Amino acid sequence: MKHVTEFRDPALAKALLAEIARLCDQIGATREKPVHIMEICGGHTHAIFRFGLDKLVHEGIEFIHGPGCPVCVLPMSRVDECIEIAEREGVIFTTFGDAMRVPGTRGSLMQAKARGADIRMVYSPLDALEIARRNPEREVVFFGLGFETTTPSTAFAIQAAAREGLKNFSVFCNHITVPEPIRALLGDPHMTLDGFIGPGHVSMVIGTHPYDFIAQEFGKPIVVAGFEPIDLLQSVAMVLRQVAEGRAEVENQYARVVPEHGNPASLAAIADVYERRPSFEWRGLGEIDASGLRIRPDYAGFDAEAKFGVGYGAAGPRHVPEPEGCACGAVMTGRIKPTACPQYGTGCTPETPLGALMVSSEGACAAYWQYGGARGAAA
Amino acid sequence: MALRDSHVTMAHGGGGRAMRDLIDEVFTSVFQPPGMEDQARLMEAALQAPGARLAFTTDGYVVAPMEFPGGDIGKIAVCGTINDLAVGGARPLWLSAAFIIEEGTEIALLRRIVASMAREAEAAGVRIVTGDTKVVERGAADGVFITTSGIGVIPPGCDPGATRIRAGDAIIVNGTLGDHGAAIMAARGEFALETTLQTDSASLHRVMDAARAATPDLRAARDCTRGGLASALNEMAQDAGLGMLLQEAALPLRPEVRGLCEILGLDPLYLANEGRLVLFVPEAQAQAVLDALSGLPESAGAVLIGMATAEHPGQVRMQSALGGTRIVDMLVGDQLPRIC
Repeated sequence: MKHVTEFRDPALAKALLAEIARLCDQIGATREKPVHIMEICGGHTHAIFRFGLDKLVHEGIEFIHGPGCPVCVLPMSRVDECIEIAEREGVIFTTFGDAMRVPGTRGSLMQAKARGADIRMVYSPLDALEIARRNPEREVVFFGLGFETTTPSTAFAIQAAAREGLKNFSVFCNHITVPEPIRALLGDPHMTLDGFIGPGHVSMVIGTHPYDFIAQEFGKPIVVAGFEPIDLLQSVAMVLRQVAEGRAEVENQYARVVPEHGNPASLAAIADVYERRPSFEWRGLGEIDASGLRIRPDYAGFDAEAKFGVGYGAAGPRHVPEPEGCACGAVMTGRIKPTACPQYGTGCTPETPLGALMVSSEGACAAYWQYGGARGAAA
Repeated sequence: MALRDSHVTMAHGGGGRAMRDLIDEVFTSVFQPPGMEDQARLMEAALQAPGARLAFTTDGYVVAPMEFPGGDIGKIAVCGTINDLAVGGARPLWLSAAFIIEEGTEIALLRRIVASMAREAEAAGVRIVTGDTKVVERGAADGVFITTSGIGVIPPGCDPGATRIRAGDAIIVNGTLGDHGAAIMAARGEFALETTLQTDSASLHRVMDAARAATPDLRAARDCTRGGLASALNEMAQDAGLGMLLQEAALPLRPEVRGLCEILGLDPLYLANEGRLVLFVPEAQAQAVLDALSGLPESAGAVLIGMATAEHPGQVRMQSALGGTRIVDMLVGDQLPRIC
């Protein structure tokens, strides 16, 4: 864990902050006319607030918090379906901890657990597989959730279950992909984004080329970044340098971890197990073409949608409207800051979240609240 | 040896001979309480120092697994209640111990837990003077639950409390943070991580004695158990009506704890401790207190981590090594590991 210290070096941070300020001045970025940089990934949003980077950088930088928090973009209907499955007789429903508190129309998984459903928190789909091996008389369902970072491990679990001939293991697949919503955002004529910071962990799997369209079709710079403060500051400087020089390229700040072409073994597992859905619903963003994955017919025995007849496997998608006054969609697309949502801090707090952005530690609203983005300014 | 069973059965809670055998052999033969029948009968003299006040506290203990590197549920059940007394300025004297035991619990495990409690109590100079056992059906409890209550005496003139904290006071912790919480997570084996982490579980009355000897004006102390340092400081900031400013670079963290937290997306400031306390002392006496604490094994790693401030009353803030400042808030519930 030596690297953690190295990438939080104050002297290096200071030099990068000076470089960012110099580039801002060169571009003419000011508080009134800032450069808009979207950090796509919720992990980056969390890190920016945790280390106070938003207040340390030149005032000509405005971070727009992107849709890269898998828990935040999960539509309420899918949470309802999780609970529907979990409450079936004989089911053990397994999930990552993050997803436990997300509210659906009938409450969260944590509340369903308290009502008696057998819902267990796991750290990996392989843990869920182990529970299935040990409980052959129960049906064990894993809540497959997340971007390309977690998609391969779910695929590995399904492949292992198939090899072993397990009959009591299935996945409720909600895996989604990063490039498609970015394309959707860039196609929105109201969006004013000057550049992107790309999620490093996703690119560990998919490489950097899936983002080529951002530079080539839309003429925007993107820098794939790591998660330490120095990584983020360096990435901001790299985006600014592209803007200053009039370039639009895909650059890799996180080369110590991210190979240009991704991870072949993970990509092969993804291709083997999943196929693209025609479209998938994102909370706050609506249906986005080809943005979700489902389990291929070859592995139908491990597909909880087919097994339980829910979700896209049943009568088609079931849309549940957002709670009244919830502006998660506008926050997620960067149209408003969390503090501009009328519910922020009143109708919606971490204790009683209305929208998912207040639940996950990677959600923009929760990050604002936890690290004082709003209250600090008010105090 | 009347007790032949290897596991606790419902008969051990039934009020008959089996229960008597369990209590005699596993509990009273080890704790040797001075009491008679179902109560402790204690000498009043110990309570009669002039001006002294009585401190009385109770706490329930549940932990899975029950045994973990560096300790077990028995050790924390004794240390925890001793610490609740000690941070209020009391000298701990007597404890009670009540056990809820799940049917099927290994008696050898019960013996180890009891031995560990007796060892910790003796080292701390307190007696476990009364107790109780109940056996519940399999599934109605998870192994062994322990409730300990404690009585101690607060010497004259000793009155630490959050309302006595003043702006400018130094904030001191007695060692690395989050070791217990991280050791328990690793011991659960839910993720394949090999660590050498041990619980920090320890009785802290000697740390309090040393601090009081080094400063006539120990303002306040609190043990940082569930919810970690962050939760303890938030409560104190609100009670005191003051702000608290921590220096991130000064926080004592073991590399393993830091690493585990990075991997799981947790914040070590919220991890549980069982042998850590936070002290508030006048800034001018901070060095004297640190010197005094460094002489004890349970506070050898004592460091200054920040100060109380008049600004931002009721809030805990932290300055990062990079210069940014953020709020360290109370959590809603447990920390939940993130997805990626």
